[in-house]
Amino acid sequence: MYRPLKDSALKWLFQWRGPEHGTIVLVQRRVFILPTPQGLLFVGIILLMLIGSINYDLSLGFILSFLLGAAGIQSMLHTFRNLAHLKISAGRLAPVFAGEQAQFSMHIHNQTRADRFSIGVTGDRINAHYVDVPAGSAAVAVVSIHALRRGWLSPGRLTLYTRFPVGLFRAWSYAEPDVQCLVYPAPAIPGLPLPQQVAGDGEGGIKGQGQDEFSGFRPYRPGDSPRHVAWKAVARDDSLLTKQFTGRADAELWLSWNDLPNGMDAELRLSHLTRWVLDADNCGLNYGLRLPGATLPPANGPTHRADCLRALALHGTTADIPQ
Amino acid sequence: MQIACVHWLYMAQQPISLSKRPITARETFGLGAGFLLAGLAHLLRLPLWLSGLICVIVFWRLYLAHRKTAAPRKWLLVLVALATAGGILLEYRTLLGRDAGVALLVVMLAMKLMETYTQRDGTLLGFLGFFLLVTNFLYSQTIGTALYMLACAWVLITVLIAMQFTGAWPGWYRPAQRAGLLLLQAIPLMLVLFLLFPRIQGPLWGLPHDAHAGLSGLSDNMSPGSLNNLILSDAVAFRASFRGRIPEARALYWRGPVLWDYDGRTWTAPRFVFNAEELPAGEPAIEYTVTLEPHNKRWLFALEFPMQRPPRAVVTRDMQLLSTTLVRNRMRYDMSSHLQSTYGADDSESVLRRALQLPDGYNPRTLRHAQELRRKFSDDRQLVNEVLAGFRNENYVYTLSPPLLGEHAVDEFLFDTRRGFCEHYASSFTFLMRAAGIPARVVTGYQGGQVNPVGDYVLVRQADAHAWTEIWLSGAGWVRIDPTAAVSPARVERGIASALPSSDALPMFVRGDFEFLQRMRLTWDSVTYTWNQWVLGYNPERQRQFLANIGFSDATWQMLAVILFVCAGTAVLLGAMLALRDLRANRSDLVRTAYDHFCRKLARRGLPRNPAEGPMDFAGRAAQWNSQAGQEINAISRDYVALRYGTDATAESIREFKRRIRALNL
Repeated sequence: MYRPLKDSALKWLFQWRGPEHGTIVLVQRRVFILPTPQGLLFVGIILLMLIGSINYDLSLGFILSFLLGAAGIQSMLHTFRNLAHLKISAGRLAPVFAGEQAQFSMHIHNQTRADRFSIGVTGDRINAHYVDVPAGSAAVAVVSIHALRRGWLSPGRLTLYTRFPVGLFRAWSYAEPDVQCLVYPAPAIPGLPLPQQVAGDGEGGIKGQGQDEFSGFRPYRPGDSPRHVAWKAVARDDSLLTKQFTGRADAELWLSWNDLPNGMDAELRLSHLTRWVLDADNCGLNYGLRLPGATLPPANGPTHRADCLRALALHGTTADIPQ
Repeated sequence: MQIACVHWLYMAQQPISLSKRPITARETFGLGAGFLLAGLAHLLRLPLWLSGLICVIVFWRLYLAHRKTAAPRKWLLVLVALATAGGILLEYRTLLGRDAGVALLVVMLAMKLMETYTQRDGTLLGFLGFFLLVTNFLYSQTIGTALYMLACAWVLITVLIAMQFTGAWPGWYRPAQRAGLLLLQAIPLMLVLFLLFPRIQGPLWGLPHDAHAGLSGLSDNMSPGSLNNLILSDAVAFRASFRGRIPEARALYWRGPVLWDYDGRTWTAPRFVFNAEELPAGEPAIEYTVTLEPHNKRWLFALEFPMQRPPRAVVTRDMQLLSTTLVRNRMRYDMSSHLQSTYGADDSESVLRRALQLPDGYNPRTLRHAQELRRKFSDDRQLVNEVLAGFRNENYVYTLSPPLLGEHAVDEFLFDTRRGFCEHYASSFTFLMRAAGIPARVVTGYQGGQVNPVGDYVLVRQADAHAWTEIWLSGAGWVRIDPTAAVSPARVERGIASALPSSDALPMFVRGDFEFLQRMRLTWDSVTYTWNQWVLGYNPERQRQFLANIGFSDATWQMLAVILFVCAGTAVLLGAMLALRDLRANRSDLVRTAYDHFCRKLARRGLPRNPAEGPMDFAGRAAQWNSQAGQEINAISRDYVALRYGTDATAESIREFKRRIRALNL
């Protein structure tokens, strides 16, 4: 009973409003401020100075205590100002495998005339990335979040905070950008050996595209692996050529959910399939993926690999939001 | 439960802690420099071994930071700290008190610097540095000290700010600039608090015995050479500003301790004197205000003869003005005096008997001389004139470097050496009078003073210390006789510098040479006077006066609290406006904000804008979706593009744009 009450109290107090689309502006009412423990210590020292000044009747002691106290109060405004009116937008995201760190890059824009220093961004309150954002510019803060499960990963509620300039106060603000990072299943270690290749339907001739034996050049087409670009030729005469190989291109490799041992549970299957996809891609094979409810015909290249991994990541989830 | 909740709220909102971050060598140098600057005045005052030790500790720490070496062992530090505390105990015989306390504080801060390796400790050290600054005011509160301490505070805040930079180090300029800005913006609130924060008359608890050591001034006794030390000091005794014309220098006898008892060497004031029942009458009254420097004694100085009692002061029967407490702070009091007056004509036999007492066995020649004079002159006045004529006509010399006198000091002075200054003349003359049967006593105080034309007040220095004699004549009461004036009229008319041969040592500025320097000195003293009056002398009483001046006489404390909060609030608000003024977004942002509002409005109706969709594409889609408002949607989007990407956005057109969005009806 206590917990939901607490949550709704916090939600009301800090105006948590769920994921927000686009650029988030940290307007003044979204910025909160409290003294740090060091700020409380500072108050104690100032009081001590004041009491000493009263006891010894030191006029200058009064002046110094009041001056420092007032500067402390003024520093509250500086801390607040250091955070308010920043704008946050999410940057590009690279998919990761479960167990890795998802790197959410947050662009922090400062369109005001005041330089901002030591802005911390944290997702988990343990690790933070600090950035300086001079007036009229932007900086990128990377929030690393441990990707535990496959599927879509949200950064959740990020905390942006600062203690600048003196450290007596800490201003903070919450931002929950509406971005998601795709998390592939963790590849099984060690994986099972790749299944046997089966002969193709006769469509693939001898001059197929494999990766075993070099057979000549052809003009570059978008989607060709950079590993096969003839960089020496580029250096020579500016034309992009792709090296062609002959191999057992007629051989097709099916990575199938059903090929895995019967007793295996779903997540483990996905994990082994992920390993297979990676291995097959590494060997430059043509491979297809069969999952319950989804079949990806044999192909190769980075796009195919990404499609396969995506299918594995989102298998069984309803969410298949296009990015 | 509530507390737990608040605590949780508080702690839950504290994200990761920066404070355990190790400090860099640069930050250590900053802290070391700040500490040395803040403690510099103390280091010059402390015993040499202690200052040396502190410097060694600080530079050791800086060396370690430079070499990036680990801290020395804890037990070693504890050992050094204990040994130093022991040394202080031996040196000062106590660990309490002002001097020992300050010594201990400086050493402990140096030790703290030694073990400061994290940002949290660095911040704490910075705060303690502020405390160290305040202890400097125990010794000096001059304008120079104030400016120096302000500079030190600036340095310390700069170091605190420098420790907060997490990114690329921007150089010392930026933190210093920010620290200066903080201090400047703090001034309005500081002024409000200084003027209105309720002042309590200290002390709150007992002061250590040595809190007021080193204050100089007249004492309750006079032995050969005691005044000499004062006369060689150009420290300020007090300043007096007159309402009306400043009297001539020779009328300015500032009365201090009255010395009755003589033991052959030293004149002393009686332990206890009755208070005067009535103050002398006479005219004309001179009105003036005295600002007295603290001298750790009870005397307040007033022109002869005081006509009123300042608050918390009494006037004794021998016309001394005594404060009820020791004067340990600069004190300001209004006075009025009569320059011509008679008093004490009806003093009793027993009082006069005390003024006739002489120690046995001293100065036989003087005693014989007095008896001769007595035989010659039966009239007291004639006798006095004869003696003064003797001082004037025989070759007595006024000098600050008289020969040393032996056991029969008065004899030797009157008949052999004949060289001396006010102390010798007053002492000998009083002795002679007593020997001749005329009641007499020594009065010490100050004579004359320098008129400061810049601030229109009289500046009285310790160098103006003087001693004279009062004799009692039947019918006339106590009459002032200044034998020094007989020897050296210049002393009382134009001050001590003109009375002395130029070969005599005197403080540089007491003599009138170096006219330009003298002028500068007077200007500076006038600034100091104002400083003392308005800054250092701002006490509960002056606060009451100030409040009365701005129309709050007899304000209750609730009213004072309201005034304080209103003024402080205004000052903080002023600071906020200054600090937040450049946060206002620029014009294109205002347009953007308004457009966002427009998009939200459409999104609420079920038509969100795709992140990659341009404003005109979105407008096209929206116009199709809601053909009724389509025209207006298109118009707003066109305006948006024009205002945001064009160059002719004016405040007026932005207002119009916002109004249109508000009015849009979907």
